[in-house]
Amino acid sequence: MTHLSNAPLKRTPLYSHHVFAGAKFIPFSGYEMPLHYNSGILEEHKWTRENAGLFDISHMGVAHLLDKNRSYDSVAQALELLVPSEVRSLAPGCQRYTQLTNVNGGILDDLIIARPIDLENEGKLIIVVNASRKDQDFAHISSYLPKNVSLQPQKGYVLLAIQGPASSEVLTYHDTRAKDMPFMSVAMRTIADTQVQVGRSGYTGEDGFEMLVPLSKAGEIWKSLLSDTRVKPVGLGARNCLRLEAGLCLYGHDIDEKTSPIEACLTWSIQKSRRNSGGFLGDQRILSELRNGPFRKRVGIKPAEKILAREGTEISDMYGNHIGHVTSGGFGPSVNGPIAMGYVLTASAKIGTNIMLRIRGRNCPAVITSLPFVHHRYKR
Amino acid sequence: MAQEYFSKDHEYLRVSGDTATVGITLHAQKELGDVVFVEGPEIGQHFKAGEAVAVVESVKAASEIYSPIDGLILEVNTVLESNPALVNEDAEGAAWFFKLKIIKPDQLTILMSRTDYEKFIAESI
Repeated sequence: MTHLSNAPLKRTPLYSHHVFAGAKFIPFSGYEMPLHYNSGILEEHKWTRENAGLFDISHMGVAHLLDKNRSYDSVAQALELLVPSEVRSLAPGCQRYTQLTNVNGGILDDLIIARPIDLENEGKLIIVVNASRKDQDFAHISSYLPKNVSLQPQKGYVLLAIQGPASSEVLTYHDTRAKDMPFMSVAMRTIADTQVQVGRSGYTGEDGFEMLVPLSKAGEIWKSLLSDTRVKPVGLGARNCLRLEAGLCLYGHDIDEKTSPIEACLTWSIQKSRRNSGGFLGDQRILSELRNGPFRKRVGIKPAEKILAREGTEISDMYGNHIGHVTSGGFGPSVNGPIAMGYVLTASAKIGTNIMLRIRGRNCPAVITSLPFVHHRYKR
Repeated sequence: MAQEYFSKDHEYLRVSGDTATVGITLHAQKELGDVVFVEGPEIGQHFKAGEAVAVVESVKAASEIYSPIDGLILEVNTVLESNPALVNEDAEGAAWFFKLKIIKPDQLTILMSRTDYEKFIAESI
């Protein structure tokens, strides 16, 4: 999460717009990113849940996977070796959440794969990966591709997200077809007179869209969306508590190279055919965990008091036995209290189990809770 | 009239007789952002200068409040437990953290005046 190397921080193409909006910046995955703007994290969080928040997520990595003969099947076949999800069955105009796994069944990164609907993009998949992992991801994928499929990192785009109940109306003002897009669909839509690849998805649990806008038009589109009074810019601070309330994983914290998708409770992202036949990196462990259950599991945690349990907090059972640790934790503004996610031994993972959190030398009572903490409001 | 002192850790002390009222400065609350949790000490606890007395958590991170001087806890502002946001609203007023009985008045001399503190913040930006 923090910036460890001495390399100078990169700035997003919208840096000057963030300064103009009063951003306070933090180093994140090598980028100088807005943590929050003038109104602060709490206000931005609430605004997103009630109206619409606009996020600059251009630090994330975007690439195309392309078959030279424009065969989608061969792109899908190549990627299916690297992810546990089914790629072949992804219909044009749809996107899917999946993970890149290593030979040990650990997660190298989580990512979104999108199959464009237009004919000129036949045989192409758009993939979006985490900022902190993009270089490793692209090298990893490339090293496994057959000759006919290539990975092409895209630098000519800026990724924006608009999230919250008003986002549909905001985009519909630009393109009347926006409101009818189902959750996890992708399509070309017109925003501020520009053709934009739009997906109905996000990282907040709210209805919303993610947009791949051409670099040359990014500032114009940013300003145009903000000119709607229902829209405010929102930084990484609120993005983190929004996703935590939505029970979504943050790479490097809730999932990593040692965690399997089964332990992380991401089994829903693995389609049935792949659960049976495998055929992807790490399938031995993943199929075994599917059959026998994982050793530990990702759970929601609700501290009984007001005290906050941050990442790294030790978890024990009521007899004092160590059973796991917190991987993400803090204050949930919509929950109006502390919330956390972490891993515990499967025997202690049942919802309603009482546990203890070791915070500043004190045992604080907490309970295993179902995820998400705030109901998803996706457009189904 | 109470005398004001400031520490490099952005705490203020308002001294009246042998009692110091301690809290965090306006500047500190602004840097912390929205405060969502405060854990104070207990009455009767003894602290040496530099020891962690209280914890203040914002949506961003947890920070410790250090005792700027040696002292004995006389009073704790329990309002902050139920209304931590008061720290953002009135840091140098109603949102004081605790009151200390001053043990070594000499220790006050190494702290800063308001003018010096304001200079200190300006230089650290």
